[in-house]
Amino acid sequence: MIDIGSLTPTPQIFPATSRLTAANHWDHFLARMGYKRGEHRVEPGLYALGKPTPDSPVFVTANYTLSFDALRAALDGMDGYILVLDTQGINVWCAAGKGTFGTDEIVQRVFAAGLKNVVNHRKLILPQLGAPGVAAHEIKKRTGFKVEYGPVRAADLPEYLKSHKASAEIRRVQFTLRDRATLIPVEFVHVILPTLIVAVILYFTGGIVSSLAAVTAVLAGTVLFPILLPWLPTNNFSTKGFILGGLAALPFALTVFIRHPDWSWYQQLGQALGFLLAMPAVTAFLALNFTGSTTFTSRTGVRREMFAYIPAMAWTFAAGIVLNLVFVFVR
Amino acid sequence: MFDAYAVNTLAYNPELCNGCAMCTAVCPHAVFEMNGRKAQLVRPSACMECGACQLNCVTGAIAVESGVGCAAAMIRAALLGQKEAACSCG
Repeated sequence: MIDIGSLTPTPQIFPATSRLTAANHWDHFLARMGYKRGEHRVEPGLYALGKPTPDSPVFVTANYTLSFDALRAALDGMDGYILVLDTQGINVWCAAGKGTFGTDEIVQRVFAAGLKNVVNHRKLILPQLGAPGVAAHEIKKRTGFKVEYGPVRAADLPEYLKSHKASAEIRRVQFTLRDRATLIPVEFVHVILPTLIVAVILYFTGGIVSSLAAVTAVLAGTVLFPILLPWLPTNNFSTKGFILGGLAALPFALTVFIRHPDWSWYQQLGQALGFLLAMPAVTAFLALNFTGSTTFTSRTGVRREMFAYIPAMAWTFAAGIVLNLVFVFVR
Repeated sequence: MFDAYAVNTLAYNPELCNGCAMCTAVCPHAVFEMNGRKAQLVRPSACMECGACQLNCVTGAIAVESGVGCAAAMIRAALLGQKEAACSCG
């Protein structure tokens, strides 16, 4: 006789707790600093949080450590199952956009985990931001499980679980000062090396002030811009960036007249204009690049912005650099 | 003043709406609201084209060209000659 049991092994259920360790926090820090971006992963599969029974709820998440840890920490004191999808170490919302946090993956994981034999009910609680990759009615048709979209943020789950109804407030994605500040290192890491190279080159060609101007324009676009985003006038990121970059360039333009009182007026004006043209272009370009990090820009809008403003950025930048160079060599 | 975000590709046909309210549950920007037994488009310009409503609308009442609103991804796609911009931040 063949032992049927050995041919259909019970799928493994991994243990999980709500407690975040120092190692978890260190991993979160590294993820936010952009260190080995794709490698902050959790093993996909079914996890038992606490001591779940067949009546305990099932939560679905991505296999990015920040996603998984936010979920299990939010469920502190509760028992439940966590179904971790293989999103290749990408967070829920981005993975949903790519389709890896998607209908097919959920269907496959539900069967692979033998979920029907683990729980009595037929309900999956998904993060709301998983919805761009998931057709709830498809999941129901293919697995028998009804998809329930929880709140945007895992932290709102305890509130949500009281009634399984989400208030308008917890259905809205926010972009708070704290969220924006969290993004600064990620933005900055992307540009730090090219900025240093340019700063060194400018130091030896245009001098310390030109070098500082480049660093200032980059800092304005990557550090100040995310912080000041909602308060900068106009709706387009490019124009917001031009305005912020213009303000950052102002001191550099004014110091030309103080530093070089011996120059003729057109030399002074030319140099000042150089800063006023080149710096805002850099800041505006970085501001435009921040669109992808926000929680609200549409592809249509970003494309319209790009066509409207990238040529202006290129022209003002080129004009500013030429003006600066002219007064470096024609002295 | 030119506002790039004033228009988008979101289109809604209320005649097909069956009142399931799924669009109001999945939208992260409260673009839809229930008005009696039908969903109503209340904040169309807040749409970020994530595509969640379309994918979860069983009657096909909602259409939107979804994609990533990321200039960095689109610039990279243009430079590399790719047709579709995909985000790669991770």
